[in-house]
Parts: sequence; C-alpha cells; structure tokens
Amino acid sequence: MYKLNFEFSTELSKFGAVDLYACYNCGCCTAICPMGLDILPRVIFRHALMGFQGNISDEKESIFSCLLCKRCEESCPNEVPIAGNIRTLRHYINCEEYNIK
Amino acid sequence: MALPTKEVLGILVDNLKIRKCVLPISKKAASRWAKDLKIPKGGNTVIYTGLMYQLMPYISALVSALEKMEGSFLLKFIKLGRFANKFISISSFFGKINKHEVEKHNKTLYIIANLLKKSGLDFGYLYDNDLYAGALAYDLGTDEALNKHITKVYKTLKENNVKRVITVDPHTTNMLREVFPEKIKDFDIEVKSYLEVLIDNKIKPVKQINGEVVVHDSCVYARCENVIDEPRILIENSGTKISEPEDTKKFTYCCGGPVESLFPDKALVIGKERIKQLKKAGKEVLVMCPICYANLSRSVTSDDNIKIKDITDFLNEAYLSEK
Repeated sequence: MYKLNFEFSTELSKFGAVDLYACYNCGCCTAICPMGLDILPRVIFRHALMGFQGNISDEKESIFSCLLCKRCEESCPNEVPIAGNIRTLRHYINCEEYNIK
Repeated sequence: MALPTKEVLGILVDNLKIRKCVLPISKKAASRWAKDLKIPKGGNTVIYTGLMYQLMPYISALVSALEKMEGSFLLKFIKLGRFANKFISISSFFGKINKHEVEKHNKTLYIIANLLKKSGLDFGYLYDNDLYAGALAYDLGTDEALNKHITKVYKTLKENNVKRVITVDPHTTNMLREVFPEKIKDFDIEVKSYLEVLIDNKIKPVKQINGEVVVHDSCVYARCENVIDEPRILIENSGTKISEPEDTKKFTYCCGGPVESLFPDKALVIGKERIKQLKKAGKEVLVMCPICYANLSRSVTSDDNIKIKDITDFLNEAYLSEK
C-alpha cells in the first residue's frame, strides 16, 4: 500500500513545466503510441495528479522508455504537453531517486 | 536482468560534466570531416554540427556493448564502471569504433558543407569550439548538468561573435532553436537547418535523377521544427518522385532511436515496425537524422530488401554530382 502525497503534482512543477490537469484520460495518446508502453502516459499523469508518488517510482521504466516523439500530442484533443510532462517526471526521478544532478 | 537505467544515465551525465559530451570524442576526431574543406575559422555565420553525426559511431559501440550486457554477469560491475569513469573514460571499453561508420558520417558533413557552399552561403566553422548541444541530456531530464553545459555552449558562441548558426541535424536544430531560448535569457542567435538554407538560397540541381524514393521524416524535424517540405522540394526538383510511407510528415512514426542508449531491445522493436511501413512504400529510403539512420540501419535485414540512406547521399548526386 502506498502513502498518498496530495502535494505531489504541485511539487512536480519545481522540476519543470508540467500540466497534468489538462489530460481528459481519453486514451487518444494510448491508441497511437509506437512504444505501446506498459504503463501509459494518461495513467502515469493520473497517478501523479492523485498523489500516488509510490506508483511513479514503480513506473520508472515506462517513464524512461517514452520516445518523446510527440506523436501522441498530434492526436491529443486538449493539447496536453505529454512529452514535456514525461521529461519533467524524468527530471524529478533523476533528482529525487537517482541523485543524478 | 534489465539494464540499470540509473548507472547508464549517470555515466552519460558524468561525461557531459567532465568531458563536455555524453560520450567523449576527441577534438581532432570531431573536426576531421572538415580538414580538406578550408572553411574559415569562426565568422558571423557558422555551420554547427553539435557533434551529432560524429557521435554516432560511439553510440553504436555503446548500444552494442549494452545489448551484450543485458542479462549478463557484467551488469554487476556497472556501478564500478560509473565510479571509474569519473577518473578515466570507460567508453573505450565499450568496443571498437567502426571506421566505416566514422567515414560515412564524416562524408555526410563534408557533403552538407559543400551543398551550403554551392548554394552561395558564406560561412565559417568553429572547429574545437563546435560543442555538443546537449540533446540527449535534455531528453533524459538531467537538467542541472544540461543547464550548466548549454550556458558554456552559448558563451562559446558569443565569444566567437556568432550571429547565425546553420545546423545539420534535427536534434541540434531543436536544442538551439527551441530549448536554448527557453533556458537562456536574451538568446539572440538565428538558427536554421541546412535544408532550410538550401531552399532559401534556391540551390539548383546539376543532374536529373529519374527514380523514386521513400522519405522517412524525423519526429523532431516534422513535429517540432516544421521541416517537412524542404527535403521534398529538394528531391522533387531533381526529377525524383516521392513515395510516402503509411505514417508520414506530421504523423511520422518514430525510428526507435531515442531510447537506444537505455533500452536497445525496445529501440529495435520500434525500428523493425517502422521498417515494415517503409518497405511497403519502396526500396530506397532517405532519412535526415543520424539517429534515424543508425537505428533504422540496425533494424533492417537483408530479407527486407530496402536501402536506408542519408538524404545527403541523394543530394550529393543531384546537386553536386559526386556519387
């Protein structure tokens, strides 16, 4: 069981531009992702938004597997900066978990 | 056992901090492509390689070493490798650099410089000061090291009085045109891709080539930099037809290359998917990014019966007539 951190989405913004609220969780990104990630961007964003910080730690491989190719952004109906959000999550993991600065 | 992301990332970032590049490359090797071109040193307008083409043989050696390490006992020593890398570059242990690959990429840069000359552009080159622009560090989210590095790069450009840079690959174009201005206050250097410059300068072909090629768009050129029409105009002006693959232009399909340094196996799966689309469209595929070239070349087999070429091979024949 993971501890919730309701401030997590706010804390993430210290690591770069991030907009988790814009995601409708509609799945248009999922449908066309070349990587077919095990944990999809919309799921990762929802975990971050809801403060499931422990889940983000478990989803590191998916977060670092994203190609940042932005194909998902072409079909996103709400212009979510998906690649930017993923990059910010990487920066958070590097600083807080990997201690790579 | 999967590759240890933390340690691989650590080695790349330590290299950037200590050796100014994610994989160390000697200054001599980086500028060897220009040795017979007599390009003036410096100037207001410079060709800027950002070392991407020169790095590719080193990245290939790294990917090959990582592929061998996946699931092997050697992974246990990677932490030690990262520690040692802080004092002595361990990249030479990744394997022998392929000389043909070095020559291939040096030739690509040589052709680009000759195309720019042919188009009438007056430009210089920074030689030892042509620094890596930080694309991989940016993608991996290692912002502290990246920010320090790009500050050095910008300072070097300003010290050399550079006002305009002509880039040769999509990733360096994107870094200098989009990322640097976001991170560096008052960034005021104009950035253009060589493909855009060739179109602006209305370069004329010297040879008509009757044939058909498939264009594989780079994700970064197509979706971030809107460099989509330029390669097509250059190809069609020389009489060659273009066959578009299923996913193309703004909706192009990634080559898989961006994850090859952390997940070579995943990069190969994506590359093979793209090859399936490309071979349905034709037999000769032109790419305009060294990462696309490397990963698609790695993904293709002799059974696929297609050739992956850098667009400069085509432009060399059509615009410079040097096959």
